[in-house]
Amino acid sequence: MIKTLAAQIKEYKKVSVITPVFMVLEVVFEMLIPFLMASIIDDGVEAGNMQHIYAVGAVMVGAALCGLFCGVMGGKYGARASTGFAKNLRQAMFENIQTFSFASLDKFSTAGLVTRLTTDVTNMQMAYQMILRICFRAPVSMVCAMAMAFLINAELAGIYLVAVIALGVVLFFIIRGAMKYFKQAFPKYDELNASVQENVSAIRVVKAYVREEHETKKFKKASQGIYDIFSKAEKHVVLNMPVMMFTVYGCILLISWLGAKQIVHDTLTTGELMSLLTYCMNILMSLMMVAMIFVMMSMSIASAERICEVLTEKSDLTNPVNPVYEVPSGDIEFRHVRFAYNKESNEAVLHDINLKIHAGETIGIIGGTGSAKTSLVNLISRLYDVTDGAVLVGDRDVREYDIETLRNEVAVVLQKNVLFSGTILDNLRWGDEDATEEACRRVCRLACADEFIEKMPDGYQTYIEQGGTNVSGGQRQRLTIARALLKKPKVLILDDSTSAVDTATDAKIRKAFAEEIPDTTKLIIAQRVASVMHADRIIVMDDGRVHGFGTHEELLRDNEIYREVYESQTNGGGDFDEPKGGEE
Amino acid sequence: MPGPHGRMKGGKKIENPGKVFKRLMRYVMKSYGPHLVIVAVLIFVSVLANVQGTMFIQRLIDDYIKPMLTQDVPDFSPLAGAIARVACLYLIGVICSYAWNRIMINVTQGTLRNVRDDLFSHMETLPIKYFDTHAHGDIMSTYTNDTETLRQMISQSMPQVFNSAITIVSVLISMIILSIPLTVVTLVMVAVMLMVTRKVAGLSGRYFLEQQSNLGKVNGFIEEMMNGQKVVKVFNHEEKNIEDFRSLNDALFESADKANYLVNVVGPVNQQLGNVSYVVCAIVGGALALSGATGLTLGKLASFLTFNRSFNMPINQVSQQFNSIVMAMAGAERIFKMLDEASEVDNGYVTLVNVKEENGTLTETPERTGRWAWRHEHQADHTVDYVELMGDVVFDGVDFGYNDDKMVLHDVKLYAEPGQKIAFVGSTGAGKTTITNLINRFYDIQDGKIRYDGINVNKIKKDDLRRSLGIVLQDTHLFTGTVMENIRYGKLDATDEEVRAAAKLANADSFIRRLPEGYDTVLSGDGANLSQGQRQLLAIARAAVADPPVLILDEATSSIDTRTERIVQDGMDKLMKGRTTFVIAHRLSTVRNSDCIMVLEQGRIIERGTHNQLIEERGKYYQLYTGNAITV
Repeated sequence: MIKTLAAQIKEYKKVSVITPVFMVLEVVFEMLIPFLMASIIDDGVEAGNMQHIYAVGAVMVGAALCGLFCGVMGGKYGARASTGFAKNLRQAMFENIQTFSFASLDKFSTAGLVTRLTTDVTNMQMAYQMILRICFRAPVSMVCAMAMAFLINAELAGIYLVAVIALGVVLFFIIRGAMKYFKQAFPKYDELNASVQENVSAIRVVKAYVREEHETKKFKKASQGIYDIFSKAEKHVVLNMPVMMFTVYGCILLISWLGAKQIVHDTLTTGELMSLLTYCMNILMSLMMVAMIFVMMSMSIASAERICEVLTEKSDLTNPVNPVYEVPSGDIEFRHVRFAYNKESNEAVLHDINLKIHAGETIGIIGGTGSAKTSLVNLISRLYDVTDGAVLVGDRDVREYDIETLRNEVAVVLQKNVLFSGTILDNLRWGDEDATEEACRRVCRLACADEFIEKMPDGYQTYIEQGGTNVSGGQRQRLTIARALLKKPKVLILDDSTSAVDTATDAKIRKAFAEEIPDTTKLIIAQRVASVMHADRIIVMDDGRVHGFGTHEELLRDNEIYREVYESQTNGGGDFDEPKGGEE
Repeated sequence: MPGPHGRMKGGKKIENPGKVFKRLMRYVMKSYGPHLVIVAVLIFVSVLANVQGTMFIQRLIDDYIKPMLTQDVPDFSPLAGAIARVACLYLIGVICSYAWNRIMINVTQGTLRNVRDDLFSHMETLPIKYFDTHAHGDIMSTYTNDTETLRQMISQSMPQVFNSAITIVSVLISMIILSIPLTVVTLVMVAVMLMVTRKVAGLSGRYFLEQQSNLGKVNGFIEEMMNGQKVVKVFNHEEKNIEDFRSLNDALFESADKANYLVNVVGPVNQQLGNVSYVVCAIVGGALALSGATGLTLGKLASFLTFNRSFNMPINQVSQQFNSIVMAMAGAERIFKMLDEASEVDNGYVTLVNVKEENGTLTETPERTGRWAWRHEHQADHTVDYVELMGDVVFDGVDFGYNDDKMVLHDVKLYAEPGQKIAFVGSTGAGKTTITNLINRFYDIQDGKIRYDGINVNKIKKDDLRRSLGIVLQDTHLFTGTVMENIRYGKLDATDEEVRAAAKLANADSFIRRLPEGYDTVLSGDGANLSQGQRQLLAIARAAVADPPVLILDEATSSIDTRTERIVQDGMDKLMKGRTTFVIAHRLSTVRNSDCIMVLEQGRIIERGTHNQLIEERGKYYQLYTGNAITV
């Protein structure tokens, strides 16, 4: 894990090394000061030597200035190293996510990736800065102070050594106890937030069923749970305080008593006693710092692990060694295709699929919920790889093509589609960066999106909010279709892409497809029979198998599922988009 | 509509920090007033004990060690006595500081709990409009980020500042007692320190704001792209994406680097200035001690120097807390803003009660009879009427707009008699969903009247109104919990048997039983492990278990394939029997056998009638139905 993370330090290696050096130097200068102080009091004040006071005072100011310089430099480089490290981590994760296959994206979930890229990176930035600035400084400060104390008076300094060891042991146990509760607390905290999230998005359900009190009761219980567990953890943490103070005060009193004795016996000067008392604080505060670092670090380990998961995830979809850069035609073939989302498990969602589709054909795909329609088409543009068998486009296995080439030629309008913040034109140009406005208008006409766009006050320059919240579901679907058309693909796949479009418009779009892009192979997944019945051929999916494949008439004659669906939508049912259906 | 980076923080100034602070204090005091008083006393005692302890160092040298040096046989007993006394003082100090820290845990965690609970219970009372107009990310951020800033402030900043203030005052007094000239020197140095800190803090503040704004941009970008990552892949947009991200990320680094640098610098600058202050005091003090003019002894000088340190320390600490206090004020302001949002207004007084019939009149009864009536207590003479719940709904000249300046429904009139099935058809955005949202008063109408069993819905208590309506919404939302719990949401005291019966009615039973744990399968993340169709089936089962007299089905079966739907339809028909039902659907199968079909266009009902009547009319319905607007 450390190796993976350390690899992202990159150009900030130098500053990462310099920072602790400056921090350690700062400590050294700082440590000199109480030492010089003793000299002022003993040799200056007591001897009545003003000259000495000036001289040593000047040295002290010099030490302070040097300390200042080192501190500032340490701060500067520490900031650079840690923010730079965070930048690299973010960039590396983002870049690696871009190579993720759909399978990896499913595994991590959107929310999971966002947390890793935001909160977790911030945690790492803080942890890294702490490592560079304090991790070295605190122990060095402790050792220096200890050394100075020994230099002044080994006998008395021995007390500190004992105190440090004793305090260290006690702190260790206290922190270990607290960590146990913190580890339990954080997942609970996440759960609490998840439940808020859930309530915010499902507020209509809550209100429709008058469950406000029920939800509040549930929430209060969870929030009380958080209170209990965090209180328990904090109760451990505050134990640090009295233990620490007790040790410091104990040392001061002991040193005062023994120091007084030594002064009386002339083995210690008053100035030295003062210095020893100053070092006491230094030593024990540093130890406290080390303990705090330990706590903070162990809290950020979870973040580090999550980040590493993203960094080390390798896409299982890789470009072939000698990729083919041209897709010759829009022919599609499935050969004994078996597909499972999870390679280890045997739960295949597609079983032994054999299909042959000719370039330019319009193919309708229909089937029940969960019959694997989407899984079927996702294999064509290699969003997932088949488990067994092969999918061919233009008579070549899709795994032989350069992925980018393949996906440019096989355009998919996903079922769960999104628009991005930016103008309508910006969004359309995802399909083709260099498309002229004229070309954009043309595809919008094909997708029947031109009408509503032109009605908008800013027309094609209308700004789409993040997630496309300022256009309706049907408008969003038409824009995403237009965007895909701009690619001028050889194969166009519409995965239930007109479900929110009214029936008349749906028919209009299909008509435009037939007339304007006759050479493109079109695969249309739909719930409505009317959306597919005019296709050249129709695939009927059932439970991961092809149940029927043929023209409307053939299927109506031979395929019971198709007939059932058709009848349910026409006789005594029917659908709004079904031409002349109810009349006959 | 919130901007694309709605979660951006820090860009705005707090309007009135003093007012926010006072309110926050009142909020904390409300539950933990006595605690805080005790904490204040304890802090006071512990600081005093600490200062007294520091004073001891002066006496150690002057009063105890010096005299011993002149004695032939040193008498250690006064020293021993003094050390014992100081030990007691220290002990009191330690106990007090432990005690106040311990109490503060309850205050902090308790206040956070109260804030969360208050936020949540208040949020549940807010009108739907609030959720329409606020980004969900911003609402979430109030619970997480803003509440977190309070934790920092209550647990650390508040006691720290109080502690420091007492320390500063008591140390200042002690310093003045010891030596006025040296106190002046120290204060001058402190002034210099404060000036430098202010300068640096001002600079860092500027970069800090820049960093927050850049962080908002980066996070916004991340959120958007992670949401659309699959689309990115489908469009081969990865490289462009990386470039866009790099420029945002680099900008963030630039500002974060500078902001953090300046923040890091404040510490060493203050510390070293503190050291210089220490040296200056030593030199001046040394000179004074040698001249003997002001009666400054060596012991007093030593003691003073210790005070000099303990004076600089709290000043440093207060300046370090400054930032977190500012952030907490901003957080508190947002928390209070949400708590101040007006709740849904409910002036209704007509309630829903169980009734039984005795001698031809309805009487109220606490038992569940299956018969319901509206208990209408007339405001004028306090007589009580009972109107049996039938499900008769009337819209009379209803105008409605989500904003006052843009109406989406115009003069809507409709009548639904008990047990009738009313369907709404029309293209997206015609106002179908809006109408159903008015019946249960998710929104209030601008003009006209809606009557329910002859009673103006405004007079009915909202909770009772909604309890009488079962709704299956367009977007299905499920809750974390088992399948059983999710269905039971419709009726909390439903038995397992009732739940199963409802699931069977909705045709959900078969797929539920195929789930790994059956009815005990835990759903999480809004039922992400189920298909859209399965989720809709659960939502229907949830409505079925509630068994309401009026049903509203808003595209309830849109994601269920037609084959399954036909099976569900039987259940739905059973469910709809004897109930007034409002149906919104694309599919004719759901609409055709309605008692009345309303065709909506741009917020107006343009046609109404039965299926056959509308077909006869050859109007918009006919066009929609035959789909031949263009194909004829």
